[in-house]
Order: sequence, then C-alpha cells, then structure tokens
Amino acid sequence: MVTETGTSLVGSPAEERWLSPSRRLLTMRRVELGVAAVIAAAAAFAALAANGLVVLGGICAAAVVVLTVLGDRLLGRRYRSWGYCERSADLLVRRGVMFQRLTVVPYGRMQLVDVTAGAIERTFGLQTVVLHTAAAATDARIPGLQPDEATRLRDRLAALGETQAAGI
Amino acid sequence: MVRLGRAVIGLVYIAGSALLQSRSGHPNYWVDAVIVAVGVVAGVISWAVTTWSVDGSILQVSTGLIRRKVVRLPLSRVQAVDLVEPWLARVLGLAEVRVRTGGGGGGDARLQYLSVSHAQAVRTALVALAHGLPGSTPEAVDRPLVKVDNGLLVLSTLLTGRVLSSVAFVGLEVVLFTIHQTVVASSLLLYMFASLSALGRRIANEWGLAVSESPDGLRVKTGLGSRVRETIPPNRIQALHQLEPLFWRAFGWQRLEIHLAGGVARRRNQPRAVVRRALLPVGHRPECDLLLSRLLGRTGVALTTPPSRGRVRSPFSFHFLAAGHDGWVAMSTSGRLSRRTEIIPLAKVQSIHYVQGPILRALRLATVRVVAAGRDTSVSWRQWDAFEARKLVDELTAACAAARQYDLAQVVRADK
Repeated sequence: MVTETGTSLVGSPAEERWLSPSRRLLTMRRVELGVAAVIAAAAAFAALAANGLVVLGGICAAAVVVLTVLGDRLLGRRYRSWGYCERSADLLVRRGVMFQRLTVVPYGRMQLVDVTAGAIERTFGLQTVVLHTAAAATDARIPGLQPDEATRLRDRLAALGETQAAGI
Repeated sequence: MVRLGRAVIGLVYIAGSALLQSRSGHPNYWVDAVIVAVGVVAGVISWAVTTWSVDGSILQVSTGLIRRKVVRLPLSRVQAVDLVEPWLARVLGLAEVRVRTGGGGGGDARLQYLSVSHAQAVRTALVALAHGLPGSTPEAVDRPLVKVDNGLLVLSTLLTGRVLSSVAFVGLEVVLFTIHQTVVASSLLLYMFASLSALGRRIANEWGLAVSESPDGLRVKTGLGSRVRETIPPNRIQALHQLEPLFWRAFGWQRLEIHLAGGVARRRNQPRAVVRRALLPVGHRPECDLLLSRLLGRTGVALTTPPSRGRVRSPFSFHFLAAGHDGWVAMSTSGRLSRRTEIIPLAKVQSIHYVQGPILRALRLATVRVVAAGRDTSVSWRQWDAFEARKLVDELTAACAAARQYDLAQVVRADK
C-alpha cells in the first residue's frame, strides 16, 4: 500500500507476508452502518412528517442515505488499511486511513494475548486478538479474525512470547 | 502494629464516637480509650504472630493469627532490601525491612517493625546472603553522589507555575473582596488548596533526599516525617524524565525522575505496576549529569531537530522538539514553556509506533514513538520527515532487539 506522499508503511513484500482480517469484518461494519442509517433516516423522517414537514423529512432521509453511501466507501478503505505481519522477532500491526499507524511489538515483550468476541462479532463468527505489553500505551489489536485464525495466532504468539521472553 | 493501628483506629474511632455522642450529648472519653486499646492489642497480636527465618537460601515469612500466610522467597531472587520508617514507627524507634524481588510471581516480603539498629543489621545480612556471601559480611561502603539542598527544594517549589498561579489568584480574590465584597470562583480555591497540599506532601517526601552509590545500585535516602532508605538496581529503571519548568531555566535547575519496575502486579495476568520516583527533586546540571552517567553510562545523546515545516503542526512547542538515539539510549525533548526530556534505554522498549495524521501527511511528516513500561513513558520523534521516520522504525527495531539481547546476556551472566 503506497500513500499519497509516496511513503510506504509496508516494507518489501518479499520479506514480509501481510495478512488482513476476514472479509466478514467489512460485512459486519457495513451492517452496523446500515442499521444505524436506517434508524436515523426513519427517526428524522417520522419526527419531521409528524409536524407536517413531509418534504423536509424526505430531504433529511435522502441526506442520510447519501452520507451512508459515502461512509460505506470510507469503510472499505478502513477495512483495507488493517493488516498484520508475523516476522521472526516481532509482530507488525498497521491500521487507519486518516490516522495511519504502524505498531511493532517484539514477541519477547508480550505479557499476555487476549482473544475477545463481542455480541455483534459473535453473530458474524469473528474474534479480536489483543496483545498486551507492560506499557499502557501499546495497543496492538487485530479485529475481525475468523476463530481458527484467531486461535492459530494466539497459540503462535504465546509460543513465540515464551521462547523469546525478555522479562521487563 | 503501626500499620494496622492507623486504619482500624481511624475507622472505629469515627464511627464509635459519632454514635456515642449523638446518644449522650457530651463526649465520652473512656470509649475512645477502649477503642485505642483494641487497636493497639490487635496490632501487638499481628506483630507477635509474624515470624521469619532464613533457611539456607530461602527467606520465609509467616503472618496472621487466624489465617496464616507464609511467603517463601529464594534469596537469589532478591533485587533489593529497603528500610521503611513511617513517622509513628520512627517516633517509637522502629523500622520495617522490605525485601523486593524481581521477576514474575513472588512479590515483596515485609518484616514489620524491628528496632532501627536490628533492622539495619538484618538488612546487611540479607543483602550479603542474597549475593551468596556469609550473613556476617560487613555492609558494602557506599559513596555519596548527590544530596538535595532543602532550601533550594522549598524555593524551587515556590517558583513552579502551580504555586505562582495560585498566589496570583488568591491575590486577585483579596483585591476583589476588599473592593466589591465578593468572592468569585470559590470552588477554584478548594482545587488550589488540594493541589498545594499535594506539593507540600511532595516536599515532605523528598526532604533531604540523598543518593549514594553502592555495588548493588544507587541508594536513596529520603523523607521528612516518614523515612525510606531504598536501593535502586540500574536494570530496574524503565525510563527517565528531566523536567525544567519555565522559571527554573533562568537558574539552571532541573528535576530528574525515574520510572521503576515496581513490586507486584495488581492482578494476575496484568502488566506489572511501574512506580515513578524523583531521584533529584531539584538540582543543577552537573548533579543531574552525574546521576545520568552513573545510570546510563552517558549524560545524553546527540539530538536532531525536525524539519522546519513541522512548525505548522506545533507552533508553540517546535522550539523544544528534538530527538535522537545512539543504539543504546533514546532521548527526546518537548514542551511549550517548560522543557521536558524523556530518556529510555532501548533495552527497555516495549513497542515501537509510527503515527501519521492528516496534517502531518499533508506536510510529509510523521511521528515515531518508542514506549516503555508504565504510563507516560515514551520517547517521540515528533514531526519527523515521513521517509526518514519510516526508516527510523526499522532502525529502532533492530537497535532495540540488539540492546535487549545484550541486556539478557548480562542478566544471565549475573545469575551464574
């Protein structure tokens, strides 16, 4: 992925194999956005139509739909920005469209690996892997993984953390 | 006794006396006496049932009358042996010996309340045993490094922004009151009182702070009422801060703080607590440099400044932005009026971050950050050239791995 300024967050593809979250994460985000948009449009239309402003209500509802379509494009870009790469000594996580971030966490620094799944994530069969180090500011989070991939990553990270443990 | 006494007496006293006074209408002193006596007896019992012994290379401490708790510490795991004297204990000529261990599990062992001379003897013996020497080995001589000037400590605290703004605000209130007989924003006064009393506590904690050097690390002795004598092994230090508030810079004063890998994690599976401590509450550059060179083997690293187009992003702090690393230590400066210098040994880095927001992207800039254990512990290359910043991430990744490997090899050698 090359940004507008020509600076690549990603090193040479030959040495780094980047993986991305499941496509279902994008579906999940789209459904979330869609449900929120439908509720917002219906509420705006109902509130205005009840006061006799049917035309204004229609315009508002249409505006919500337009915003949703634009938001959907952003969701696609945001989904594609997520990526993680397991190198020999550290894990790379990249994310963000407006605020682009790249995080490097050495395996030896991992204190624990959390696998979580919220109510919405569970309906889509997805899980989030979170890495914790002794630093409060380390937020290496990989959302939208399919259960078998989450389990594989968790076990691999735990094993690597064990063999390369460096203490504090 | 002292520890248990305070909490129990405080709680029971307030509840009991309030209850009784509301019933009889006048204070009833013998109830107070009974409550104090109960607290004292409970304290004495808890002290009497605490026993400890050294069996070969293991220190065993057992406490508790009803629920016995036994802590066993292998002496080879002991990182430091500290002496703590809360003010009440000091009045009674008592001290607590606190044995700190490194690594996961375990935790601290507290030998609560021995006489001061006995506590010192115990401390010396434990340190010797921890180093695999016979318990009768005399204490290693330590060499004084720096001692804080108490007058300067008070004076410099008065010259911080917090105190000066409080004084200005109170002055304004007095003037307003004499002219208009009104008080504005009185809740601010309360906030100020709280913040000033916190500063007062800090002065009391850092009163007469003296640092000396010993074979097992820096020894710090400090405190006005309660006194603490602790040893800081250099490898427990995660990060350092150097602070220079606006008014201090005219006098060349600075404050040096350290973040230490603390004792026990609050819960299992949680990052271990990191404590922040002043090593030099206020002092001049030579004193600060002396401490830095003892802890890091250098007084600083060569810093570079970001490209001037970064001024657009941070117009008020750009003059202080600089950062650099020499393969072992990373250092950066920032701040608007006060200058703040952050230092992290690369061997202690927990993760490396590259961040680029929309403004920085438009300016072809990015920020690189290395983070150590604890809160607010990071060295940042703020507003760096985006291309350089991306290269820096790879450079730092390699440098941190090398520094970590070296540190690990040192620890393994020390264990043998």
